[in-house]
Amino acid sequence: MSDLTKLTLAAAREGLQKKEFSAEELTKAFCEEIDAGNGAINAYVLPTPEIALEQARAADARIAKGEARTLEGLPLGIKDLFCTKGVRTTACSKILDDFKPTYESTVTQNLWDAGAVMLGKLNNDEFAMGSSNETSAFGPVVNPWRRTGSDAKLVPGGSSGGSSAAVAADLCLAATATDTGGSIRQPAALTGTVGLKPTYGRCSRWGIVAFASSLDQAGPITKSVEDAALMLQVMAGQDPKDSTSVDAPVPDYRASLRNGIKGLRVGVPKEYRVAGMSAEIDKLWEQGITWLEDAGASVHEISLPHTKYALPAYYIVAPAEASSNLARYDGVRYGMRQTGSDLIDTYEQTRAAGFGREVKRRVLIGTYVLSAGYYDAYYLKAQKVRTLIKRDFDEAWDKVDVVLTPTTPSPAFAFGEKSGDPLAMYLEDIFTVTVNMAGLPGLSVPAGLSTEGPPLGLQLIGKPFDEETLLRTGQVIEDAAGRIVVPSHWWRG
Amino acid sequence: MNVEAKAAEAANPNLIQGATGDWEVIIGLEVHAQVNSHAKLFSGASTEFGGAPNAHVSLVDAAMPGMLPVINEECVAQAIRTGLGLKAQINLRSVFDRKNYFYPDLPQGYQISQFKSPIVGEGEIEIDTDGGPKRVGIERLHLEQDAGKSIHDQHPEYSYVDLNRSGVALMEIVSRPDMRSSKEAQAYVTKLRTILRYLGTCDGDMEKGNLRADVNVSVRKPGGELGTRCEIKNVNSIRFIGQAIEVEARRQIDIIEDGGTIDQETRLFDPKSGQTRSMRSKEEAHDYRYFPDPDLLPLEFDQAYVDELAKGLPELPDEKRARFIKEYGLSAYDAGVLVAERSSADYFEAVIAALDDPARDGKLAANWVINELFGRLNKEGTAIEDSPISAAQLAGIAKLIGSQAISGKIAKDLFEIVWSEGGDPAEIVEARGMKQVTDTSAIEKAVDEVIAANPDQVEKVKAKPTMIGWFVGQVMKASGGKANPQAVNEILKKRLGID
Repeated sequence: MSDLTKLTLAAAREGLQKKEFSAEELTKAFCEEIDAGNGAINAYVLPTPEIALEQARAADARIAKGEARTLEGLPLGIKDLFCTKGVRTTACSKILDDFKPTYESTVTQNLWDAGAVMLGKLNNDEFAMGSSNETSAFGPVVNPWRRTGSDAKLVPGGSSGGSSAAVAADLCLAATATDTGGSIRQPAALTGTVGLKPTYGRCSRWGIVAFASSLDQAGPITKSVEDAALMLQVMAGQDPKDSTSVDAPVPDYRASLRNGIKGLRVGVPKEYRVAGMSAEIDKLWEQGITWLEDAGASVHEISLPHTKYALPAYYIVAPAEASSNLARYDGVRYGMRQTGSDLIDTYEQTRAAGFGREVKRRVLIGTYVLSAGYYDAYYLKAQKVRTLIKRDFDEAWDKVDVVLTPTTPSPAFAFGEKSGDPLAMYLEDIFTVTVNMAGLPGLSVPAGLSTEGPPLGLQLIGKPFDEETLLRTGQVIEDAAGRIVVPSHWWRG
Repeated sequence: MNVEAKAAEAANPNLIQGATGDWEVIIGLEVHAQVNSHAKLFSGASTEFGGAPNAHVSLVDAAMPGMLPVINEECVAQAIRTGLGLKAQINLRSVFDRKNYFYPDLPQGYQISQFKSPIVGEGEIEIDTDGGPKRVGIERLHLEQDAGKSIHDQHPEYSYVDLNRSGVALMEIVSRPDMRSSKEAQAYVTKLRTILRYLGTCDGDMEKGNLRADVNVSVRKPGGELGTRCEIKNVNSIRFIGQAIEVEARRQIDIIEDGGTIDQETRLFDPKSGQTRSMRSKEEAHDYRYFPDPDLLPLEFDQAYVDELAKGLPELPDEKRARFIKEYGLSAYDAGVLVAERSSADYFEAVIAALDDPARDGKLAANWVINELFGRLNKEGTAIEDSPISAAQLAGIAKLIGSQAISGKIAKDLFEIVWSEGGDPAEIVEARGMKQVTDTSAIEKAVDEVIAANPDQVEKVKAKPTMIGWFVGQVMKASGGKANPQAVNEILKKRLGID
């Protein structure tokens, strides 16, 4: 195998700039890795080597002319939630069938405009609903990490499981992902990768298949914090086509990346010490505190009193919005259609056959909580909780600049371990959903290995639009923990 | 009918007579008015009427995956203008909600509307009734998307969907249940339509479905408890609104008088049968699961924005009518006729502008516009915008009458000439010798000739002075209609010795 695929995005970028290798060589190396490994990992649901090679050759031409753009010639994987022009986009649901958009999502267009190369479309939980990538219509993704001495298949997290696994397994330099309740950070934590969920409104949602509109946000999964900075730099920006995108300046994230955190005030919320938290997670958290203190930060216990209501409130708001967002998949205009005896029968058969169990469950929950007579008790109450969660953070920002927590309550789990129990699965989001509910940026950084072997992540939560501080703090953790890479490339067969 | 009931009916001519006594009908209207705008409410697609099916459909209108709505500011401004025209509360913050239901011509599976927080709150419209002016309350106005159109008659097995209208902006204008007769409801819609057309916020074209009404009807014994209402959906002409209310009120009265009860339901009016029929019952009503659309931020603007729009508003029909009455001495009725359409009011104002002495000739000009011009235009089926007689020409005719240069009778001939041949009225009168004769000596001469030629008639008129009209006619005839009739009358009286 080629060492080119082991490079970080930043290192590959430097190599291309120094003409140590060409974009075509780099892209071919990835295409070969995908050929060799995707069968076992199932990260890609649609590799696009022809598009990739064409883009790579164009990139080489630009580099030769000295016209390289920010991500010129750098091969990426794209979560199948992003609409890609002329390239099948399914959100990993049967209901979209072989839908080929006639348009390109703003975020991916930003990447192509910066010269990036598309290796293909990445697996995810159906409509981004799941925490293990087991709900995908294309089958589960396998985590490149295994427990020590075991070859039991572990989940790569979800919903961006294809993105996290592809990055961890060197099947792309970096990947796009989306995060509604933890779908970037949790899979990043479970695969030893860096996952950045930007502030709500930082990246355009235009052209991304919607799950829960008030929570969805695109972001990168990468091998390093610097790579995340590079990716966000290009992905971010206000978009007139998305009313909820925000016109806030996008700073040069890499410029301040290694400025250190002397004097930074770090909050540790006491409510995150949940009952039954494992000793090793607790230990990891303590380690993180020590690293940050050693780098000159001050650590303060803070209180986010409404944390315990975040998860139940999230599982009202997100399904409610999803039930409405998914109404357009009706078999009338595009995607799959099961022709029934009449209109209603066609709707019912199409949606019964097109949606998987988890999607149906959430559509039902969402329909229920919005129904007349239940709206006030559920949806309205959940929105009030959301306001309180935001207020908790607003008050915290008076005392601290960034908040440190674990990303997940446990390391990667085995296939089938939680998929039969929705509530156990929903608990995967316990540390991450508050961030979405408050619209804040969150970053998961690999911080160590669990006793079982697979990695664990620490989460940093920042002030609105202060991804800069998050990345700078994340860099400190990465420097202290060292980059965590999968010990064996077993999947290459 | 007993004496008291008769007295009540005299007091309230709107009551409907039933077998058990009189009934009062209570009417409220929800009018859907298509916003006059180039692009749809949340997409850049054209709102042009016609065009091949699905020619004006954007990715947003077709609800492709990942598409997001972006508010069209033009539509917001139009809604605010309308609110101002209805003397209504303008809400500086309003919220768009999703109204969820499945239908093939609703691609998103929800309609974006405003449920809890509409852009416009309470206002009012003044209508004319037989009992004098009456105020009808406006409860609210909100913005929402129109749906597409399902076409069921083009294929034996399939229905077709045309999304050209999908996403076009509508204003739903909800009245208070303040109307008490079909006539009042018709007057309300007519007046609302006039205001919208003045404002330029809706073209009011009911044939194209750009203005249509849901009519809520209930009946009760006068002064009694409110009855259960039925909603008649999508009535698309003012005549049908009247008919629908009449038959629906009668249907409800008959049911109640037969010992039945009214079921709250949605009904349709069938113009062919002249009946309403049930569309869906309350039990079948959708649960729309309204919730704020998370793709859109609350709609917010400041008072300065509203004030700026207010400055640009045209004079509205009520104000214009009051001014016409005050400045030109028009009757309320005539002023009302002139302001009913902005185009006729504009025409009249152009006539006024071309007069030398509007205070003297304004009322006269109004009469000519209403009686001669409108009459002729109606007969020919010509719109005022295409009138062969320009405002300046009509003012020319009015000036000639006002200055007594021509008589009213000659003026009618002149009107005909200008209508069919064109030209400057004053020049035509001059060139064709149509000027009225006010020279007394000429008139005296003609009078003397008529008296001399008709000795028998002279005898008769002395016995019966009302016969003087016959002499006036003879003199006018002799003068070719050009003699001033008043002068003729006076001279005749003098010569004939009649007081």
